[in-house]
Amino acid sequence: MQSRLPILIFAALMAAIPFVPGMPPFWIVLLDNIGLTALVAMGLVLLTGVGGLTSFGQAAFVGFGAYTTALLTTAYGLSPWLTLPLSLVVSGLLAVLLGLVTVRLSGHYLPLGTLAWGLGLFYLFSKLEFLGRNDGISAIPPLSIGTFRMLSPGSIYFAIWVAVILSALLTMNLLDSRTGRAIRALRRGHVAAEAFGVHTPRAKLLVFIHAAVLAGLSGWLYAHLQRAVNPTPFGAQAGIEYLFIAVVGGAGYVWGGVLGAAIVVILKEVLQSYLPLILPGSGQVETIVFGILLVALLQLAPGGVWPWLMSFLPERTAGRKPDTSLKLEARPRPPGQSNVLLQVEKARKQFGGVVAVNNVSFEVQAGEIVALIGPNGAGKSTTFNLITGVLSASSGSISVLGRKVDRAPPQEIVKLGISRTFQHVKLVPDMTVLENVAIGAHLRGHSGPLASMLRLDRADEAKLLAEAARQIERVGLADQMHQLAGSLSLGQQRIVEIARALCVDPMLLLLDEPAAGLRHMEKQQLAKLLRDLRDGGMSVLLVEHDMGFVMNLADRIVVLDFGTKIAEGTPATIKTNPEVIKAYLGVAA
Amino acid sequence: MNTTIMLFLLQDGITNGAIYALLGLALVLVFAVTRVILIPQGEFVTYGALTYASLASGQMPGTAKLALAMGTVAFAFDLFVARKALHGRLIVRSVLANIVLPAIVLAVTLYFAGQKPPVAVCIALSLLIVAMIGLFLYRIAFQPLAHTSVLVLLIASVGVHLALQGLGLLFFGAEGQRGPAVLSGAFTAGSLRFTGQSITVYGITIAFIVGLWLFFGLTLYGKALRATAVNRLGARLAGIRTTLSGQIAFLLASVIGALSGIMIVPITTLYYDSGFLIGLKGFVAAIIGGLVSYPLTAVAALFVGIVEAFSSFYASNYKEVIVFMLLIPVLLLRSLAAPAVEEEKD
Repeated sequence: MQSRLPILIFAALMAAIPFVPGMPPFWIVLLDNIGLTALVAMGLVLLTGVGGLTSFGQAAFVGFGAYTTALLTTAYGLSPWLTLPLSLVVSGLLAVLLGLVTVRLSGHYLPLGTLAWGLGLFYLFSKLEFLGRNDGISAIPPLSIGTFRMLSPGSIYFAIWVAVILSALLTMNLLDSRTGRAIRALRRGHVAAEAFGVHTPRAKLLVFIHAAVLAGLSGWLYAHLQRAVNPTPFGAQAGIEYLFIAVVGGAGYVWGGVLGAAIVVILKEVLQSYLPLILPGSGQVETIVFGILLVALLQLAPGGVWPWLMSFLPERTAGRKPDTSLKLEARPRPPGQSNVLLQVEKARKQFGGVVAVNNVSFEVQAGEIVALIGPNGAGKSTTFNLITGVLSASSGSISVLGRKVDRAPPQEIVKLGISRTFQHVKLVPDMTVLENVAIGAHLRGHSGPLASMLRLDRADEAKLLAEAARQIERVGLADQMHQLAGSLSLGQQRIVEIARALCVDPMLLLLDEPAAGLRHMEKQQLAKLLRDLRDGGMSVLLVEHDMGFVMNLADRIVVLDFGTKIAEGTPATIKTNPEVIKAYLGVAA
Repeated sequence: MNTTIMLFLLQDGITNGAIYALLGLALVLVFAVTRVILIPQGEFVTYGALTYASLASGQMPGTAKLALAMGTVAFAFDLFVARKALHGRLIVRSVLANIVLPAIVLAVTLYFAGQKPPVAVCIALSLLIVAMIGLFLYRIAFQPLAHTSVLVLLIASVGVHLALQGLGLLFFGAEGQRGPAVLSGAFTAGSLRFTGQSITVYGITIAFIVGLWLFFGLTLYGKALRATAVNRLGARLAGIRTTLSGQIAFLLASVIGALSGIMIVPITTLYYDSGFLIGLKGFVAAIIGGLVSYPLTAVAALFVGIVEAFSSFYASNYKEVIVFMLLIPVLLLRSLAAPAVEEEKD
């Protein structure tokens, strides 16, 4: 949680600037522009830097905001204050439409897709008759409160910067919440987040809308600052410019967006006014220098200027430990009781001609530890993916508590109380251990994005963090709670994954090679933890290669080889099973 | 509409589409190998076209000087990187490639400028100059960023585009130029007239597609490039120099861009900033091709060209809107068909 003090100081400073005697009016215009740009860049920070969705189309949303108010105030005589919500709604609705189409695109399709509709919309703005074609719309009324009309750049300055600071606060609140954690996990792929109930396409759409609404707000302000709009500032060039502003400032940081806006707006201004004095000649020299400076800046600080500046500040003191006395409601149990938690019947998975899992059947009962072993490539992780809904079986069936879940997505499986860890650790490295673990409790919280922005989620949030802290203590990582997950050793990261899975309040825990990378003592602690969990009524299904660990821990063992089950039984019988020995050692020893 | 107009539009569309196909291929190539979305591809087109047109009309193109300047910077970069372990051979090689070569080309260009050299000389010089610019560009702007994210590379690409476009204005002025036809003459078949120029466009496009196909399928360098595209780390471990792959990709992209420019400048007037839009249409084709498939990109490019030709006839105002909005249904289809598999990003 960030301290509010620096923001208050910043707000006070910005409020004082226009009252400094002798402040050149030109600087105020510059600050107005910085504020307008910062709003858009802030949206991109959330969208691109945090959510990993690159968009070139933000300028189009600025255009929607600006044209909406321009049209409604001039042609229909609406008050600008009435068009404010309308501008935001239009930008938001169009974001939903465009987002539904583009947000699901993976990797590089997305930026190119946004570039495409960014360009298309720009041409549309400049060709539509009722939007005034290339001339746009002029004579837009200024903002006014009572008889005070914000005609000068100095008077609308306050409106702009109030908008910037409020938006920054709301955005930061959003990031520091249940929804925010889901958004911050987006960039690292969707499998891990979905395994804990996050609906990733919805989360992506949410950030898309958030960014579009901020852009629409900027457009609304722009229209009333300029009192005229035309298509030029909403083209592809502008869309690209917003993106590099966010990247230069530091794409992962809300204030990086503001800083980037300041750097780029001021740099362009300086180049435009002073370069002709040094290098007289034909125009566009500033574009050349600007382009070169941009590349140079990226080569010097590829992560952006804000994190580079922040690295000079003393390290933040460790975060506050959540109050673990708060209780989180238990996961709602599905009705019906059965002793067989999980039943896998003739599950089969084919990838083209390869049969990864070949008609495998086994079951897991309440309160037992079952181990799934087999040589590399035996189909163990694929079986996990079938159970948790990451992959769907080619044939056969999987039931949880007697209910078939063959086609259920991961988000539904976790609701039934099955949580998992991953063979290749899937944590968000730039989030703290506490935040990572709290993702596990995603489904046990209820606050939505609006509540988070307005800080109405604090009671819910405190309970989620308390639960996360409890599970971290349970697995013995209390000292690392506030460290970044990426800074832990691989073994510890695996344990963090277990804590995250425990946050689901599961009845069945699926662990994929939990002991890999652990030291002897740590393995013993892990075994003790798993036994305690079993004694508390939880079941565990684990894949593991450490035979000593498995033989001492498991109640039953299922052995796979080349996708086929070759043996099942207690550790003692498995140890002497000739098929198993053959699979591991090649010939019967 | 009668058949003549339709055939004429079709022909026009195919000619443009062939150019977009070439550019799309270059974009796919560069992206696959270096992860750079090459926005300055359009500048390669205008540089090639306007260098050719300037030379043909007896002017001295500024691009020849730019190549030498960029070579000098590239040499400085080489020296800086190797400052801990400088040795003679390395310096000599770097001087030869980065300074002597562009200096010789500059001298030759200076010699020919003002005496209206034959078309073949103009083409050769233009290609050589733009090829060097492409190569040095990779060394200066992108090689130091090779380890960063696609996003950072993209932004750098934007920066390069801005700088090169600004330089384009400086070199060639705001006036548009046209160049002489590469192949003059024409013949008619039925109601259609085929100019030598359009035949050249078809021929070169097909030759390039076949050439690239052979290069990637049969040569060791081509295979190395494909390996780099699939897995950079794996390729490095197998002893492929990823820097070399990047250089080859940029070299090919700049040559393809320049050649496209030389082919269209006799047909349409090109301005210093025309390249951006032309490159973007190549992009559209590349995206429809999924940024991976060469044949699909080529087919998509022809489609884009034809749609453009027809929409400029029926709704010339909305020509660009239609072309760029074409992508939305394609992307929609791709989203619906998108597999739900995780792509590992690190």
